[in-house]
Order: sequence, then C-alpha cells, then structure tokens
Amino acid sequence: MIVAVLSGFVFSVIAPWIVRIGRGAAGWLIALLPLSLTIYFGSLIQVTSAGETLTYSYAWVPSQGINLSFYVDGLSLLFALLIAGIGTLIVIYAGGYLAGHPQLGRFYATILIFLASMLGVVLANNIFTLFVFWELTSISSFLLIGFDHRREAARRAALQSLLVTGGGGLALLAGLILLGQVGQSFELTTLLGQNELIQQHPLYLPILLLILLGAFTKSAQVPFHFWLPNAMEAPTPVSAYLHSATMVKVGVYLIARFSPLLGGTDSWFVLVTLTGTVTMLFGAGLALLQTDLKRILAYSTISALGTLIMLLGIGTTLAAEAAVLFLLVHSLYKGSLFLVAGAVDQETGVRDIRWLGGLGRLMPIIALAAGLSALSMAGVPFLLGFIGKELIYETTLHLPDASTWLTAAAVLANIAMVAVAGIVGFRPFFGQRVETPKAPHRAPLTLWLGPLILAGLGLVTGSLPGTISDTIIGPAAGGILAQPAHVELAIFHGFNTSLLLSVVTLLGGAGVFAARSLVRRTMPIFEMAANWGPETWYNMTLAGLEITARKLTDTLQSGYLRSYLLIIIVSNVALVGYTLVIENGLNIALAWPQIRFYEGVVAGVILLAAFTAARTRSRLAAVAALGVVGYGVALLFVFFGAPDLAMTQFSIETLTVILLVLILSRLPRFKTFTDKRTRNRDMIVALTAGGLMTLLVLTVTALPFQSRLTPFFAENSLTMAHGRNIVNVILVDFRGLDTLGEITVLSVAAAGVFALLKLRLGDESLVSQAGEDGQDATKRPEQTGLFHTEPHLIKRERGDF
Amino acid sequence: MPTLILSTATRYLLPLLLLFSIFVLLRGHNEPGGGFVGGLVAAAAYALYTVAYGVPRARQALRISPRVLIGFGLLTAVSSGLFSLLAGQPFMTGIWSEQDLPVLHTVGTPVIFDMGVYLVVLGVMLTIIFALAEE
Repeated sequence: MIVAVLSGFVFSVIAPWIVRIGRGAAGWLIALLPLSLTIYFGSLIQVTSAGETLTYSYAWVPSQGINLSFYVDGLSLLFALLIAGIGTLIVIYAGGYLAGHPQLGRFYATILIFLASMLGVVLANNIFTLFVFWELTSISSFLLIGFDHRREAARRAALQSLLVTGGGGLALLAGLILLGQVGQSFELTTLLGQNELIQQHPLYLPILLLILLGAFTKSAQVPFHFWLPNAMEAPTPVSAYLHSATMVKVGVYLIARFSPLLGGTDSWFVLVTLTGTVTMLFGAGLALLQTDLKRILAYSTISALGTLIMLLGIGTTLAAEAAVLFLLVHSLYKGSLFLVAGAVDQETGVRDIRWLGGLGRLMPIIALAAGLSALSMAGVPFLLGFIGKELIYETTLHLPDASTWLTAAAVLANIAMVAVAGIVGFRPFFGQRVETPKAPHRAPLTLWLGPLILAGLGLVTGSLPGTISDTIIGPAAGGILAQPAHVELAIFHGFNTSLLLSVVTLLGGAGVFAARSLVRRTMPIFEMAANWGPETWYNMTLAGLEITARKLTDTLQSGYLRSYLLIIIVSNVALVGYTLVIENGLNIALAWPQIRFYEGVVAGVILLAAFTAARTRSRLAAVAALGVVGYGVALLFVFFGAPDLAMTQFSIETLTVILLVLILSRLPRFKTFTDKRTRNRDMIVALTAGGLMTLLVLTVTALPFQSRLTPFFAENSLTMAHGRNIVNVILVDFRGLDTLGEITVLSVAAAGVFALLKLRLGDESLVSQAGEDGQDATKRPEQTGLFHTEPHLIKRERGDF
Repeated sequence: MPTLILSTATRYLLPLLLLFSIFVLLRGHNEPGGGFVGGLVAAAAYALYTVAYGVPRARQALRISPRVLIGFGLLTAVSSGLFSLLAGQPFMTGIWSEQDLPVLHTVGTPVIFDMGVYLVVLGVMLTIIFALAEE
C-alpha cells in the first residue's frame, strides 16, 4: 500500500527524464503508472464489496503517535479509483494538449506529486498523515495553476487558491489536533468508534467548525468559492483533474469521512446542508451568466460540489447513496466536458461560447463525447446522471424537515444544469458554423480518448446500473454511514414524484437554454453585486496586509543601526519591566554579600572602563574600553567558577576588539557629534536598561534557587553522554539540535556579512537591480550598510568596503 | 604596521595557538573547553597572523578558503547526527565507542559534532575578518 501511495513521488523525480527520452510517447509511458494503480485499486473492489476493510501501518514518528497508516474501505477506494483512473486519462491527454511544451517534464512531475498526495489524503488512516497529504495537494495545485508562471493572472490565481485553501488547511489542522486530544487517538479507525464521546464533549462545536472550514475552502463552498473560477488559469487538463474531478472533492471526502463521527447533530445539519444548498444555487445561477467555456464549467462544478455537501449534511441512508452516486456521475461527465473544452480551445483558439458553433462535423468524436456527457449532466434516461438526479429527488422528498425547500432548491439548480449542459455540450457543435481564429481539424487520439472513455462510462453504467450498485456505490455509502448499505439502482423506478420532477427539470432546462441570452443580459447586475462579494474582501485584506507590512518595515527598519538598537532596547525594557514590576511585583532582598578585595577591584575597573567608553571622543579608545569591560566580566566568571564561560568570553572579547579595530581603522575621524538632546535621550535609555538588568538580577537572586535541570544534567552527563563537562555536554549532546541550529545561523550570518562587504555597496549596477521595486532604490545603499556610526561618512567611504 | 617583534613572534605563536585550540576542542567533553572556544582560539591565531602579515599571507597559511571551512563544518556536524539513524535511533543520538582512550577517554559522535562546531566557528570568524581586512 505504501508503495502504491508513494510511487507517484518517486516517479515525479524521473518524469522530466522520461519526457526527454520518450518524446511524443512520454504521455503514454507515464500513464502506465496511474494505469497500474487503477488496476491495483480495482483488484481491491472484491475486498470492499464483501464489506471488509484493510488497514496498513508504517512507523513514521511513533513517539508522537504519527504513523503512515492507511485505511481502505468502500469510500476511500471509490476516491482512489477516481484519482488513479481519471489520472491515467489526464496524463495521456496532456501528452497531446501540451505536446512540444518546453516545460512538459515539470508538468508531469507536478501532476504525479498531486496524484500521490491525493491518494494519500483519501487512504490515510492517521489524521496527521491525512493533513500532510492534504497540504501537499494544495501546494501541487498552486504549482499547477501557476504553471504558466509568466502570466500575471496565472500567478495571482495560484496565490489566491493557495491562500484560501491553505488558510482552511490551518483551520483543519487545529480541528484535527483538538479531535485527537478529545478522542485520545490519531487513528481514524479508532476515532470513528467514539462519536458519542466527541459529540458530547464541550469542544465538539469548535472541532466541527474548524474541520468544516478546511473542507469548505477546499471544496469551494460559498463564501470561499471565488478561487475556483480563477483557478481556470491552469492548463485545461489540470482544470479537469484538480478543479473538477478530484482535488475539490477532497473537502467532500473529508465531510463524508467524518460524518459518522461528527454528523447527525443539529449543528451539523444546519451548517453543512445550508452551506451546500446556498453554494448549489449560487453556482448554478452564475454558471448561466458566463460566456467562457471553462468558467461556465467552473461555476457548474461549484454548484455540483454544493449539491454533494448538501446531501452529506442531510445524512440519511438515501442521501449517502445519492451523494456517492452523484459524485461518480459528476466526476465522469465534468471531467469529460473539461477535456472537450480543452480540445475545442486547442483546435479553434476560442473558448467563448458566443463564437463557437457547427463544430460537430469537423470533430465528430469530440462532439460525441460532449453530447453523451451533456446528456448525463442534464439527467436524461439511460445515462448515469439520470439515476443520480432521481436519487437526489428521492432524498429530498423523503425528508422530515425542510423537505419542500430543499426539493425546490434541487430542482432549480438542476434546471440550470440542464441549460448549462446544452450551452457547453451542444451549442458549440451544432447550428451555424462560426469562423474561428484557427481552422479546426480532427483532434488527435490523445485528445479524444479521455473524454470518450469518461462519457462512455457514463452511458454504460447508466444503462446497466447493476454493475456498480453493489461493487462501488454500496460499499462507499457504507463508509459514510459506518454500516453496510445495500443499494439497488434501476433505470426506471415507476411513475412517482421524482420522475415527474425529472420531467419538469428537463423541460425547464430546455426553456432556460432557449432564453439563455436573455438571462445573460442580467449579468451587469450580478457584477455589481459581486463587487461587494468575498473576492473583494480577499483583495482588500491582502492589500491591507501589504500596506501594514510596508509601514511597519519602514518604521522598524530605518537602516540606521542606532535606531535598531534603540527599538530593541526600549521594547525589551518595556516588556521585561512590565512583567517584572507589574506582574511579578518587586521583591528584592538587599543582603550585601561578602565582597572580596580583588572582586571589588575588578568591579571598579569595569565601572571605570564603561564610563570611559561612554565619554571618550575617540572610537579606538571606546573599543578598547569596551574590551576592558568584557575582560573584567570574564574575570568575574573565573572567580565564580564558570571557566567555560570565561574562556569563551575572553576569546570573544579578543576577536571583537580585532574586528572593531579593523573596521574603525578605515573610518575617518568623527566630523560631527550627536547633539545634546540625543545624547541625553541615549543616556536615559542606557541607564534604564542597566537599572532594569540590576533589578532583574537582584530579584532572581532573592528567589530560592530551585532547578530540576541542574541535578538532571549533573547526574546524567557522565552516564548518558560520557562527559564530565556539563556545559559542553549540554551543547553537543543534550541540546545538540539547538547547537546545530545556531551554527547554521552563524554560517548564514557570515554569508550575509561577506555579501555585504564584497558586493561594493553603492555600485550603480546594484542600485539599478534593486531599483525594480520603485522608490526604495535611492535608499538602498544606505540601508544595507552594516556599520552606521555616521551615515554621511559611510556614504563617502563606502567604496572601501 | 607589522613590527619585527610581532611578525617573528607570530610565526611561532600560530602553530602553538592552533595546537592549543585543538587541545581545547578535544578536552572539552570532560574539562573546560569545547568546539566553540577552540574555534575562537584558532580564529584568534589567524587574526594575529593577518595583523602581522596581511590577508594574502594569512590565506596562504590557512590553505583552505574559510567559506569552504564553514560548509565542511556544517557537513561534519550534520553527518555526525546521521550515524544514529543508521543504528535505527533518532537523529543525533550519541553513539560511543567502548574503549578508553588517552585524553578523550571515549570517542563518540558528539565529539565529531564538536569538531563541526569548531570548523564552522573558525570559518565564520575568518570569513568576516578576511573580508574586513582586505583592501
């Protein structure tokens, strides 16, 4: 199992290489991986259809309870099959769609990472494994939307989707952590048995809200839907795969997976059903107003996702079956229609439906696939979409509460879907031929194979629903309900209300289709409304963040070392002083210890040197005086039994003096001195900081000295770490990871210093490079200067560095 | 302004100080000392040499570029932590030899880690000192 999940990551590394070697056949070669995964998961159907589940576990971070554990039941297997199966077709299709694209290798690498991450999400048993893969899908989605990274719109859309889904991901993480704490386990299989404990826990509502937030952002539910239409900047195979068939459905998966655990409560019903219904209607309405093929499909995807979420919110046995079936229906027809849209775009160069028509004779196979998918979308008998729609109506009709409202909403949304099916599936292929920028010709095999297979599956399963009812739909619905479900699907259920509603839907849809240009004329009204919508909030938040960050940076990072020091010291004094005096209360025992004669002498020398450093007019004298202070402190360390500290302090002082002398020797003499006011201010700050330090030390020494760490290190230093020098043992063994971090920081700092000194600050070339971001260019050479005793001197002298 | 006394003394002080720095590094596990101090002492030795003879001669005496030292030191420190992974224990678990050796008493991966620290500190200090002292 771990091989199946992780193979995508491994193959993504060699994918660019396969593209280089395989040339035109690369798509077919790479498709072998998802194809074999499809066959593997297909072979597991007999396990899950027998009502059994499989679990696998591999140790990952066992000390934290995080394991690479996987769980296969009907629900996860359905998703895995969709991911691997549609993935196969997408990989083949992309070989034709992006033929000759210089970045094809990168494309395949990313799509394989995505495929593996998706498998990880739906098969994960450990909730943190699930989360890690969940985030990986967001990241690979970001990379794929921004695939054409030279276009600003693509970059913007990629960032938007990452911020929205990533923000939801953070909420999900918080929810999962709470869930794990309440349920005392990170394994889904264990948690699923504890729904009473969790639903009665006071943290139930926060957990529910956080997890739903993660699912809603990922599955583009109102008000987080706006990233999905913008994500259509991605190449069409990506839109078909990520933003219709698979990734946007992991939110649905998450809700389905957690519904036995969190579902069935009133808050679940209200939150999930309401969000789903609103999204369903909203997406359906907006889909009618679009003219771009891909945006129409994107909004109708939002509507379909809303339908799924609504069904999961309802949560009855019928609803679970309807959700699973509609999920399959939608993946088949929507994946196919996206691929058709891509083929049409590729062959004609047009995606606006007003400029497409009469393509049927020129691309007959594509037209066939489009027609079949559109019929399934519209819910015409003998296609799977018909059964799906019937089940949805059955579900809403048999509800105890809100039955009428939900049925009405479902009928309305489906009427819009029928019209949309006509607009995208029929309109471009029939009627008057419209001239297009590129003369269309027959699409190659790679471009029609995928859509035709997907559309054909919709026809086969729709005509013979018995083939999937007990093998796929039943076990998957069982996963949502946490009990075995027996599903009987039939083409004809007899003359009942849902059949009547189906007829109404088809007739209504045909009517809306006929009046589509009339409907579209209302667009400006909705555009005005959209100006106040969530996308505007998103933009305003982002802009506000940028302005705040810029202002904060300009204030805090003025480029003058002295103002940095001032800010650091003042905020330290304020924070420490507040805690010490207000929170803690002053509690000082002024017991004068015995001061030995030589200690007094050293203290006197330190004070004298410090005073000299502050008063002198020569830089070298100040540096030397500071060195004396340092040596004096080091001597005190020696007196009080800290030889390690003293040794280090001596060496540091020596090197500091050398470094400062090296710098200062090349600066000219002081020309100007700071005025009296500044010096007074600095004096006050310095005295306050020093005084606070004194207070702090006195407070600390007044407390009884207790530490669990000291005896621990003293006892274990020799036995566990084979060393008698506790200080060093802590540095290299007990806290070795900290030291590793510190030396890494040190190295980075050295690289920074080296770059600053060697880049010849003030070079015209550097300024012009840095000048790309506008007004900062003139400030930059000063800002990056390391040693700011007097900026105007640095300016004259900086050629020396 | 190199004086005759300084340059003559430095010629003898450099090897002595370097030996001392390695002594400090190796005894660090049981007595005061360690990689950080050792690195600083070695850096001070080369700083002295730089003051006496100038950067080009100091670079020659060092033979290796200080930046390479940083990288090599980091590599040493990280790889010392990898040994325990091979033994199936978490990253950076100390692994020690059984035998008792002179000076070191026992040899273990933390000592190798300390050598990495030594090299990084030496490399960082000399990178900065050389860059500052170069005309």
